Amino acid sequence: MHEPLLLQVEDLRVEFPTPKGSVRAADGVSFRVWPGEILGLVGESGCGKSVTTLALLRLVRLPGRISSGRILFKGSDVLMLPEREMRLLRGGEMAMIFQNPMTALDPVFTVGDQIAEVFQAHPNLRTGDVRTAAAAILERVRIPNAKAQVNAYPHQFSGGMAQRVMIGMGVAGRPSLLIADEPTTALDVSVQAQILDLLRAIRTELHTAIIFITHDLAITAQLCDRIVVMYAGQVVESSSTRDLFRAPRHPYTRGLLDSMPRLGQKRVRLEQIPGQPPDLGALPMGCRFAPRCPRAEARCRAEEPILAPSGDAREVRCHFPLEAP
Amino acid sequence: MDLVVIEDLCTHFPVRVSTGRRAILHAVDKVSFVIRRNEILALVGESGCGKSTLGRTILQLQKPTAGRVLFDGQDLTALPPGQMRSLRRRMQIVFQNPHGSLDPRVAIGQAIRDPLDIHAIGTSDERQSRVEELLVLVGLHPDHAHRFPHQISGGQAQRVAIARALALHPDFIIADEPVSSLDVSIQAQILNLMADLRISLALTYLFIAHNLAVVEHFSTRVAVMYLGRIVELAPSREIYARPLHPYTQALLASAPVADPDAPLRPPALAGDIPSPVDPPSGCRFASRCPMAMDVCRQVDPLLTEVEPEHWVACHLYPMLQQSSNLNHARTASPL
Repeated sequence: MHEPLLLQVEDLRVEFPTPKGSVRAADGVSFRVWPGEILGLVGESGCGKSVTTLALLRLVRLPGRISSGRILFKGSDVLMLPEREMRLLRGGEMAMIFQNPMTALDPVFTVGDQIAEVFQAHPNLRTGDVRTAAAAILERVRIPNAKAQVNAYPHQFSGGMAQRVMIGMGVAGRPSLLIADEPTTALDVSVQAQILDLLRAIRTELHTAIIFITHDLAITAQLCDRIVVMYAGQVVESSSTRDLFRAPRHPYTRGLLDSMPRLGQKRVRLEQIPGQPPDLGALPMGCRFAPRCPRAEARCRAEEPILAPSGDAREVRCHFPLEAP
Repeated sequence: MDLVVIEDLCTHFPVRVSTGRRAILHAVDKVSFVIRRNEILALVGESGCGKSTLGRTILQLQKPTAGRVLFDGQDLTALPPGQMRSLRRRMQIVFQNPHGSLDPRVAIGQAIRDPLDIHAIGTSDERQSRVEELLVLVGLHPDHAHRFPHQISGGQAQRVAIARALALHPDFIIADEPVSSLDVSIQAQILNLMADLRISLALTYLFIAHNLAVVEHFSTRVAVMYLGRIVELAPSREIYARPLHPYTQALLASAPVADPDAPLRPPALAGDIPSPVDPPSGCRFASRCPMAMDVCRQVDPLLTEVEPEHWVACHLYPMLQQSSNLNHARTASPL
């Protein structure tokens, strides 16, 4: 951790207007990413994890807008960059891959043609002719018979192979940061294992930092160095993966870990978190998790906790964090 | 004690491959097993293995190409439509996407009441009170009856789908990936609800799933499916402790381990599941199997009981049986 920070997100707010007033999908999100690390961004649907990462690339769709905060990437504020520089950043130093590779690829163009588009946007990345460069990208993501596959159409690829193509296009510019939004959620377990293995290899080979967005804590255990847990638009805990699994501090993190069935640990009943996440347009007073929290006290329902340092490089947003066992 | 007996069930679809040639897609191919009363039999496999088609074929929502399905002794494939309709009350299905299975224009209460109306059960007042009773049974409030699907969450919608499935007092429920589209904290709620209902209502489940950790937690027996075939079937505890089929072993080794300190394993399987159109002769897993022998590419292995209650379709095991002389193993293999 002696290297300077790669990314620092400070107090990021993303708002969407609704008939009932403005809703903050991300509300004061702060976290950091170091070069070459894999950071897990974990939370349930609607917690703001995807919109936060879209904001990093300034891809939040209208009428949504980034209303405040700072995004420092390699020392410069992404929110201040002119659009022309932003376009060079996307797919260059900062790339993103999505959940469903089949909808991200255009069915009427060959895979090679679509990889060539990366070189159109970033001509400096290409060495030699386009075909060879595209084949090299497919080879990097371990697609067998890469030279011939450049001419294949997306429908000739399986979901796993298509996701490899997306990863290949994402890392074509040797980005410092790859944002992977649920890249294995649509894939089968055996293929998921292959893709996770590929992401680990990419990190090692290219020293690319990865923000891995997922709702599945089980995946993060053997992939991520650190984990940021989000709930109702806010970061509620950030920690090294090992510490988080060993001793979660936030009761929500604890609830997520306990409600997750694990191989080899058959239980009569799963622990469940009662209720459901709050409507972002009608947030409770005080802590957003208080209505579902087994430890909530009067203070939790009155006063909103802040994300505060809690021991060794950890942060937790809770008035009464869990102690180490 | 067998509620459902499936015998040599096949569901084939005629398709055209990209060259325009006609071919047969073997979605379910010569599948035989039983579902016992009050058990939770999990049907596990990767996408395209045929598990959902098998579930739909058991309920005759899809006509089988061949084979029989006996439900409580009656052959569903030979039943006249009228008798089938009345027997349908006893078998229900819950789907993966709860919002997709609810009509957005129909209030929750009416959605649950529909089966009672269709089967003309009780008076209007009785139906109304049954709807309220069902809402409470699945952990909702009677007031939810007036809401519409877009006004409830995914977890609540799945509770509605379960309530609707229970309306006619079924004894058999097929749950096709019922928690896959739900968040983890909500998954646990629905699984616990289903476990409670099985006990209080003496239900039998066929639980179709791909998440092995969920299946281990939830099921009493597990059937593993690959390319239209059941390749292994055993009590849950047994199959997780000692998976025999190389595919089951690979699936278990591929599941993410929720422990940062566990050693990292290389991916257990390379490549993807082959196409169920014109599947290879011999064992269908042979092309990806690390243990494949010559015989595997030529002879189709039968699902064989290699140890009491533990069935596997793999050429490795009749040999194991001979060499270790497992005298309690009963085999149906012609080899």
